[in-house]
Amino acid sequence: MSFSIKKQGEIVVVDVEGQLIVGNRQELKQKVLDELERGERKFLIDFAQTGYIDSSGLGVLVSLSKKIREQGGELRLANLNDDLRTLFELTKLDTLFQISDTRDRALASF
Amino acid sequence: MVPTNSNDAGLRVSLSVEIPSDVAYIERVVDLVRLSCAELAYNAHHLALNVPVALSEALSNAILRGNHESPDKRVRVHADVDTTRLVVEIADEGVRFDLDADTRDATREENIEREDGRGLFLMRKLMDEVQRFDTPPGQTAGNVVRLTLTRA
Repeated sequence: MSFSIKKQGEIVVVDVEGQLIVGNRQELKQKVLDELERGERKFLIDFAQTGYIDSSGLGVLVSLSKKIREQGGELRLANLNDDLRTLFELTKLDTLFQISDTRDRALASF
Repeated sequence: MVPTNSNDAGLRVSLSVEIPSDVAYIERVVDLVRLSCAELAYNAHHLALNVPVALSEALSNAILRGNHESPDKRVRVHADVDTTRLVVEIADEGVRFDLDADTRDATREENIEREDGRGLFLMRKLMDEVQRFDTPPGQTAGNVVRLTLTRA
């Protein structure tokens, strides 16, 4: 499991490879917060290569969303497979995040 | 994955795993149980969502809340998988807790933006049954959480 960060224009794109769970969520949080501190304000997390997400992983996404909004920025999500989408629907987090089917659509939505 | 066939009837996979109180072990335990379910042709959603997420929650509760990540305490996992259902028990060495006392609905408006509080909620949503017992006599005192999932 790992996270890779790249810039596409003015958007910071984070790829989550593998699981987003209690054992690695702090790593994701810190990487995004470092970018926020550097002045970045538009963030996209892409789950195309993600396995499963546990409650602490969901919690980090909620926390990051709040912190980015507090700084006047936006966090959007893309490429949730059917099971991840079910997870967001079960927890109603699909109502909190703007979720796009593809990375391109998400990038175009900012 | 082994396809379902008549030879699966009566087949049972039992698995016992003991791990230190360290969240780094969660993914490996999940993979072992998930592999057992795959061998018995549990469906793709069970393998990708129900089993890994619910088991991750139970394991992290045992490690973080039950054992407080103590190097002196262990988490024991026993899974029985057959063509009817998965039963997995996660035992910690922590202080007794009341599973039924936590009925928080993570989807209520006042809880949506909380960072925590979705673990037990998800276990209940993703499993057919979530129960808690005291560890049996003769074992270190603690909690056993039993997750049951019927094979669809």
